[in-house]
Amino acid sequence: MYAPQILIEAALNGLMTGAVYALIALGLTLVYGVLHIINFAHGALLTVAMFAVWGAFALVHVDPYWAMVGIVPLMFGLGYGLQRFVIGPASHGNDNNVLLVTLGLSIVLENGLLALFRSDTRALDSDAALQVIELGPLLLSTPRVIGFAASLAVTGLLWLVLNRTDTGRAIRAVAREKLGARLVGIEVDHVYAVTFGIGCACLAVAACLLMPTYYVNPRSGAAFVLVAFTIVVLGGMGSIAGALVGGLIIGVVESFSGLLLGDSLGQIGIFLIFILVLLVRPTGLFGARA
Amino acid sequence: MSARDLLPAIVALALLAALPFLGLSGSVLNFLVTTLIIALAGLGWNVLGGFGGQYSFGHAAFFGTGAYATAILQMKLGWNAWGALGAGIGFGALVGLAIGYLSFRAGLRGSYFALVTLAFAEVFRILANAADFTGGAAGLLLPLRPGLATLQFADRKLFYLLVLAFVGVALLISRWLERSRFGAHLIAVRENEEAARALGVDALAVKLRAIALSAAITGAAGGLYVQSFLYLDAGVAYGTWISVEALLAPIVGGIGTAFGPLVGALALQGLGEITKHLAGGIPGVDLVVFGACLIAVIAFAPQGLLGLRPFRRRRKARGERTVPVGA
Repeated sequence: MYAPQILIEAALNGLMTGAVYALIALGLTLVYGVLHIINFAHGALLTVAMFAVWGAFALVHVDPYWAMVGIVPLMFGLGYGLQRFVIGPASHGNDNNVLLVTLGLSIVLENGLLALFRSDTRALDSDAALQVIELGPLLLSTPRVIGFAASLAVTGLLWLVLNRTDTGRAIRAVAREKLGARLVGIEVDHVYAVTFGIGCACLAVAACLLMPTYYVNPRSGAAFVLVAFTIVVLGGMGSIAGALVGGLIIGVVESFSGLLLGDSLGQIGIFLIFILVLLVRPTGLFGARA
Repeated sequence: MSARDLLPAIVALALLAALPFLGLSGSVLNFLVTTLIIALAGLGWNVLGGFGGQYSFGHAAFFGTGAYATAILQMKLGWNAWGALGAGIGFGALVGLAIGYLSFRAGLRGSYFALVTLAFAEVFRILANAADFTGGAAGLLLPLRPGLATLQFADRKLFYLLVLAFVGVALLISRWLERSRFGAHLIAVRENEEAARALGVDALAVKLRAIALSAAITGAAGGLYVQSFLYLDAGVAYGTWISVEALLAPIVGGIGTAFGPLVGALALQGLGEITKHLAGGIPGVDLVVFGACLIAVIAFAPQGLLGLRPFRRRRKARGERTVPVGA
């Protein structure tokens, strides 16, 4: 029915998209693993980062990859501040409240961007998107190959930070046992905010990797966030390895269901997986929590 | 329920019923109709989310089903509008039962329940956008035929009163939940499901009945929406906007109270209208205010507007039972 070349290309494209999805899901799963909250503002924060990349390019002509240097710390700071001064204090430690506060935050951010930029779709006006790498008979888009490699690198870096640094140990300690961590002198509120900041920094990297081939409008992030939720649930809430594997799987599933069902129904494969995993195995592939 | 329990509801409804006869302009009346439809959707959400503590982020699934069933049964099968609306409510309840059965059986609560309801609404939206019988992406346009049998009135006042009647019924149901054994079971499940089960409450059955009731009321809001605007597409019917509006109204007004959704919808929509007016043509500003309100209410007034001091004191003085949410 399909030539093998098309199938291989679909699989590779799926893997490359999936790696960036995994990066977005990484921020979400890290925040869930440590703070035990679902951050509904994740998509809106991604949109903010994408607009920042677009702004840097359109106004001061900064290459999206170089923009990382500025946007990653900025997004970290934004995430730190939001958790420390808005989400934490406003939700009084109640999980349902966190859901609602982050939902409120996403409404504010998304519509704030709509008020500022209107609903026009914007893309980087550069020819980098058209460059390809030849791999035998296959043609692969250069920015997407870069995105794939960089996503894997960031995932590895994050793993190193969590496992080999004091900050990482503090984060894991808080995730495991909040009270115990507080007793040995870890400042829990600070660690929460740092974790949230790291989650946002992941979004900043993802935005820089996406923008060369993608576009942004105030609702862009919403499309990614449901995919990210699916990945997090599939991989197991809080699991970093799960986010990576889940991201790659979802990327391939999306690529193939787009090929077989067409664009308008293509996303339905993802949601069906989402619902199925939630109903049958809510702990996901790598989740430990019952 | 005693007459005293019903008195506040009757007074509120009578005041609202008198509104359109004060010589309001057509646009104000339209605004009130939309506000009441949102209040109705919120009253539905409040049954499951407020009384039952199960926060749904996908009430659009029920709103949209009610709306599509009402429109399609009239257009494709030639049903009478009243019958179609009734069937729409029934279909809404069925979808609620199905989603509830699947997710409550799997033991989903909290964040997981919020996510799965959101995903169901999205699946419905994508399917409705792709299917033929829903009119696909172009949507459905209900033919304009004013009359009692088609539920379309040349006089906007009559339609307003019809929507108000539905709001009245939903208010009575909420009032009944505050007083009845079923309502007590539902609140017990919200506060501590394990403890409720230990006392012999069938938690699954209680939650299923709650989601069916909740979905039916929100489905009615969907049916009335399509009768009011005579147009429907997947983004309107199953879009996140109505899921958000349905939960905002009760949370801002007073979660788990009968009047909360009505007060919340009136306050929010009023505020939204004022902001839109002040902001000129800038889109999204009213929603920024909504989002900020949501955060502010949770941070500073977790019991909503009705939980603020002047209201609370009067409620205590009258000796009503108040059960704090999330205590």
